[in-house]
Amino acid sequence: MKSLKIVSLFSLLAVFSSCSDDDDNIQIINEEEVITTLTVTLVDQNTNEVKTLQYRDLDGDGPESPIVTADNLDANTTYQGSIEFLNELEDPAEDITEEVVEEGEEHQVFFVNSTALETNFDYLDADANNNPIGVEFSLTTGNASNGNLSIILIHDGDKFAEGAADGEINNVGGETDIEANFDVVIE
Amino acid sequence: MKYIFLVSLFWLSILHINAQECTLSLSGKVIDIHDNSPLTFAIVEIKETGQFAEADSNGEYQISKICPGNYTIKVSHVSCEKLVEEIQMNSSQEIDFKLEHHIDELSEVLLTGRIYQNTNNTSISKELDKARIDRYSNLSFGEALAEINGVSSLNTGASINKPIIQGMHSSRIIMINNNVRMFDQQWGVDHAPNIDVNSAANIEVIKGASALRYGGDAVGGIIVSTPQKAPLKDTLFGKSIANFNSNGLGGGITASLLKANKNGWYIKTQASAKRRGDLEAPNYNLSNTGVQENNFSIGFGLNKIESGFNVYYSLFSTEIGILRASHIGNVRDLVNSINNSTPSFIEDFSYQINSPKQEVKHQLAKFDYFKKIDNLGKLEFQYAFQFNQRQEFDVRRGSNRNKAALDLELATHHFLSQLKIDKFKNFNLNVGIESTYQDHFANPETGVRRLIPDYEMFALGSFITANHQLNEQILLDAGLRYDYTYVDALKFYRTSRWEERNYQNDFSDIIIEDFGTQLLTNPKFHYHNFSSSLGLQYQVNKASKLIGNLSLATRNPNPSELFSDGLHHSIASIELGDLRLQQEQSYKLNVSYEQEIQNFSFEINPYFNLIENFMTLEPNEIETTIRGAFPVFAYRQTRARFMGVDVEATYQFNSNSTLVGQLAYVQADDLSLNRPIIDMPPFNTRLQLNQQIESWNQLNLQFTHEFVAKQNRFPNLDFTTPVLDPEIGELVATEVGISAPPSAYQLFHFGAEMPFQFKHLDLRVAFNVHNIFNTSYRNYLNRQRYYADEIGRNFQLQIQFNF
Repeated sequence: MKSLKIVSLFSLLAVFSSCSDDDDNIQIINEEEVITTLTVTLVDQNTNEVKTLQYRDLDGDGPESPIVTADNLDANTTYQGSIEFLNELEDPAEDITEEVVEEGEEHQVFFVNSTALETNFDYLDADANNNPIGVEFSLTTGNASNGNLSIILIHDGDKFAEGAADGEINNVGGETDIEANFDVVIE
Repeated sequence: MKYIFLVSLFWLSILHINAQECTLSLSGKVIDIHDNSPLTFAIVEIKETGQFAEADSNGEYQISKICPGNYTIKVSHVSCEKLVEEIQMNSSQEIDFKLEHHIDELSEVLLTGRIYQNTNNTSISKELDKARIDRYSNLSFGEALAEINGVSSLNTGASINKPIIQGMHSSRIIMINNNVRMFDQQWGVDHAPNIDVNSAANIEVIKGASALRYGGDAVGGIIVSTPQKAPLKDTLFGKSIANFNSNGLGGGITASLLKANKNGWYIKTQASAKRRGDLEAPNYNLSNTGVQENNFSIGFGLNKIESGFNVYYSLFSTEIGILRASHIGNVRDLVNSINNSTPSFIEDFSYQINSPKQEVKHQLAKFDYFKKIDNLGKLEFQYAFQFNQRQEFDVRRGSNRNKAALDLELATHHFLSQLKIDKFKNFNLNVGIESTYQDHFANPETGVRRLIPDYEMFALGSFITANHQLNEQILLDAGLRYDYTYVDALKFYRTSRWEERNYQNDFSDIIIEDFGTQLLTNPKFHYHNFSSSLGLQYQVNKASKLIGNLSLATRNPNPSELFSDGLHHSIASIELGDLRLQQEQSYKLNVSYEQEIQNFSFEINPYFNLIENFMTLEPNEIETTIRGAFPVFAYRQTRARFMGVDVEATYQFNSNSTLVGQLAYVQADDLSLNRPIIDMPPFNTRLQLNQQIESWNQLNLQFTHEFVAKQNRFPNLDFTTPVLDPEIGELVATEVGISAPPSAYQLFHFGAEMPFQFKHLDLRVAFNVHNIFNTSYRNYLNRQRYYADEIGRNFQLQIQFNF
């Protein structure tokens, strides 16, 4: 009977000793890795006029829809373009562009425009394998038109796939980190 | 001192012998320690004089003409261990001897494996015995169980297998490992049971909630895994099994050793290791599907007749690669995967396990103690501690690359005490209480919001079960159980989500702190649950038996159902728990009829299960994020009905060849929406021919045919969302076909096995071919069926030593 008592005592102790920890100091997590904001800056090579496209989703995979803003573009103009990826959940906002460029072999930005929209994109940067990344690019507009422009960041796709270096997304595979759709007007 | 005293006593008594006449007598009863029943034919012997007597039908014995003195009395019975007692005879005495009646049965059943019959007799159950477990040594726990009729496996790829019992899985199934209820985050559909199949000597599947002592919430069923028990004799035995597989170019090795003593002491240990690279589908490599597993267990204890204790520790640790192509970013990726017939990532074979992957460790330490109480029964105490660590690694960027995206720790203390009363003839009673304290911690270092929040859970349960052998044919059993559960969680909600869920009206009082974009809340839940069962076993005659039971089970919403909140990369969906969920209640009727007709025997097991407040996860709207648009899967509660039948039939052509056929069918419906329930096993059959060729050194051949029909009963959960068509650069409303089940398939397997016997060693060599024709197919019960085919042909070589 003595050992019986010891056993029950031991078990009860174990149960209740562990009940006492109070974790009121629970730590809030601000997503570290999420990209909340995509900003495309387009500089007219002749006039230095700046146009901006922005896609911003501050609640990550929360229910709120992203806020999309897009300046109208000028017809028959060549823009020097650059993309910035931010995580605005961190304070100050974290610039994720650097990471994307550092891991350029695994990342590529694709520009997909509807056939109606007269835009042409050329990559101006390259990763270590001499494949484009797409953070730096040039955009040449044609005549006045409007339509959809999708800017897609693919992670871990096959950058050597057929057409990938020319910006064709079809054979790349990989996983989509960003897919931002803009209604663009060229005037 | 004592010795001197005894010696002098001895001499004194000899003097007395000389002085006195031998007229004393020794009489009494020899009875079973359990139920005081007489042990007829027990022999009571006086060692010194050789006098003896045999107990009569009342267990009574008498030896007369004993001279006064000190004697050693030996009491023996064919099926009991000998009892030796010293007595002093100065006058005639009446002594009752109690023997442990089951001892020999114990060592006998050890050989036949029947010692592991754990359950109430009116439970409808199936078991995997030691021999089959040895054959499945290389399989995961879920895969091994899926060999049982009526059990299927819900898979995530080839390596994560969760058992489905008569249509139910995950939290609806209770797993018992070494008499301890497993808490291994079983709520997740991609969380495989953390048990090494090699640690079990017997696995029993109870198809229903009828074994209430294990829990009251087994809506689907109970799986009881029991490790090797030690026999009560001087012995040392062990075994070792090595496996090699051509598919995945890997294998496993397992070894176990047990040393037992007649005095009750034993020690046992077991270890196994598994390594495998990428698996192969018939037409391509399944990149990043390697597995590593290391398991270990050790136990010792003392099992005497009157009392005993056991100490046990086990470690299960695994690293599982998740098919790279199944980790996707958005619905466009999903549509591409569904439309392409091959995975988007195919690389050369590798042993490397990269992200996405899971690393899981489960540790169990337990201590139990039992004591027999004369004229009452057996009292048991058990304390168990489990620590489950789960890390899931996603494809991440930069400094987070090697950091887990999910890092959960679940610690569970469990205390159980039960009293088994067997003093009554034909009536057994089992009463018990258990308490559980659980602490869940989600590591914030991941940098990803917690999928499952930190929480504490306290549960108290009590049960009473009884069975009564009415007559030789009829056994009745009944049980009642009450459980109280308290959950205290700390959960961060995105403010936007909190409002979208409309929690601000119902739950505003649980907000502790407002961080602007996030709210810290303290949800608390109290659950009071009753469950019960009623069963009957009717032995119609020698050749046929009928079992029926009716059970009521009540299950609380699990943490995933209550709290989950985030993006699932494997099926590109946002999954949301719901604080408003209520307990679900199942009413299950399960009947089994067995019949033998000469060389033919069959068992038919129909069942009917009605579930109120059945929790089901379904897409209900589309939300857009920066990754694109996603369907939101949320929980809904409904009334559900599961009906099905499991049939097994055996025909013995002669002593060397047997044909076994099995079929299982389940039909599950959501009664409020009047449509089928998702993820139900399709109709399936299995036919196995066993042929033994005695003249070829007992060569045993097995031919197996497996057929799985197309699941035609499924809910249409397809949804329509704008998806970018890169050809035209426009977003096009696209129907995403996630519901349609794949086609039917049939597989053929072959196995050959030969035993060899040496002086101190038994050897068994087996050669198996799985999926002989390298058939390409997809499985409705695999959550990765959108991405890749199932694995192709596998040659397996297995060598087992028993010593």
